Amino acid sequence: MEIGKTLNLPVGKATRLAFGETLRELGAEDPNLVVVDADLNNSTRTDLFLKDFPDRFFNVGIAESNMVGVAAGLASAGKKPWISSFATFMMSNAYDQLRMSVAFPGCNVKVVGSHCGISIGEDGPSQMGIEDLGLACSLPGFVVVAPCDEASTRLATRALHAHDGPGYLRTGRPNAPIIYGEGVTWEFGKATTLKEGDDLTVIASGLMVGAALEAAAVLAADGISVRVLDVHTFKPFDEATVIRAAQETGGLVVVEEHLAQGGLGSIVAMTVSRHHPVPIRFVNLGDQFAESATPGELLDKYGLSYREVVDAARELL
Amino acid sequence: MSCTEIVTALYFGGLLNHDPANPGWEERDRFVMSKGHGCPAQYAAMAGSGYFEESLLLTLRKLGSPLEGHPNVRKLPGIEASTGSLGQGLSIGLGMALAARLDGKGWKTWVLLGDGEIDEGQVWEAALAAAKFGTSNLIAIVDANTAQQTGYTRDVLNTEPKAEKWTAFGWTTQEVDGHDLDALLAALRRAASASDGHPQAIIARTLKGKGVSFVEKEYGYHGKPLTADESRRALEELGWK
Repeated sequence: MEIGKTLNLPVGKATRLAFGETLRELGAEDPNLVVVDADLNNSTRTDLFLKDFPDRFFNVGIAESNMVGVAAGLASAGKKPWISSFATFMMSNAYDQLRMSVAFPGCNVKVVGSHCGISIGEDGPSQMGIEDLGLACSLPGFVVVAPCDEASTRLATRALHAHDGPGYLRTGRPNAPIIYGEGVTWEFGKATTLKEGDDLTVIASGLMVGAALEAAAVLAADGISVRVLDVHTFKPFDEATVIRAAQETGGLVVVEEHLAQGGLGSIVAMTVSRHHPVPIRFVNLGDQFAESATPGELLDKYGLSYREVVDAARELL
Repeated sequence: MSCTEIVTALYFGGLLNHDPANPGWEERDRFVMSKGHGCPAQYAAMAGSGYFEESLLLTLRKLGSPLEGHPNVRKLPGIEASTGSLGQGLSIGLGMALAARLDGKGWKTWVLLGDGEIDEGQVWEAALAAAKFGTSNLIAIVDANTAQQTGYTRDVLNTEPKAEKWTAFGWTTQEVDGHDLDALLAALRRAASASDGHPQAIIARTLKGKGVSFVEKEYGYHGKPLTADESRRALEELGWK
């Protein structure tokens, strides 16, 4: 089933498209913004920037390593490059270059991994970015953001462009339910409390934020008051909000579209174990590759829906 | 030591347009030591140019020294790129060359590669892309010293014929004796003044440990410090007084 369906959450644009549209706006505002591409611009949506600014767009062919190095060189000469690919190719194919040519010298390069998680669907496991956040967080000095919807992706893109230093933005393929409507604020580096609650806290990022809200609604019907946090910024990590949730609600469920290793669950566990240990349950992809199917079928089969969040919450209570 | 003449020609032959008193000068040429392990030669040239006191050279690889085992752009003004994972410098140099062109600037980017280093696929990704973008302001010098970590390059992975490869990849290519300073200077000047719409490659034929007979003969000296006795013999052979 599609994420957000039980709540009839309105469906917005894909986060990759919201990123692409914002990048085009930023291109008009900042003449130093340049884009390097490894021939996936119409998937990662930097094609929107290309249309308006072809002179500041460099397609280096299907060569992620070179894309990273070229961006590093542009940055060291004062340009503000953005690069993108599918999250798994961006991180896994060019990791040494991200480490050596970008993170180590601290180059002002913004890296976008699109097609994150298993919700890309039919293209199958070779294209699924399920380890990108763990890898991005392992690059010293990087800031790392995984927004959940259209509006927050626009703000994340702008926040990253304003940040002077390396950064990673995770975007997704499918249209994403709208989480940030009127009156909800989103701030880079600050976890958003989407719903207050006292009995336990569900911590989510990306597409799984919708599942967290759905689970909270199911549990509310049983009289269980669930706090929901959107932890979109992995680095720098908003420890205070997560620690307060542990102190005030006494139990956490972390749900994410990522392998168990190195994702949000790891960071949350490390944080609360030092400051205020509480029981935690983890809902994620575990330690496996998925397969080809529709996004809804995959999320159901691999246990990434509100149902698993509800089950995990009941275990805690 | 194979790249000593190349680095000397760049720093002292009037080719590298730079200002040691102002390492961040925006109009300077960029020099990327892509074969990061060759940095001692660059450090010596930088000291000789006045970037820092010569006494600092003796802190090489020691705790707290800006002269790390491989170049670190965050530690030493005058270093343009952090290198040490081989194969990455040409991509960085291409990015620099594109930035100069975007800004309508005349400064050049020089990248020094090893002949073992060009085993790395990324070098050829960068070579193809530089040809696509026609960056005449990018000059790659391959220090073809015939040896790498575990053997002779012809045995480990044969990248000959080098000049033909770079030409086929779309570069204007010269081949030169990398220990003949006059020939080197002439080749580097030709490359620096090129405006033919092609990136410029120079294959410099060199010998690892050039000038020290017992090192020239043995690839096993790669990255290995000489003993005190070997150092004395080497300095004698080089005519150091």
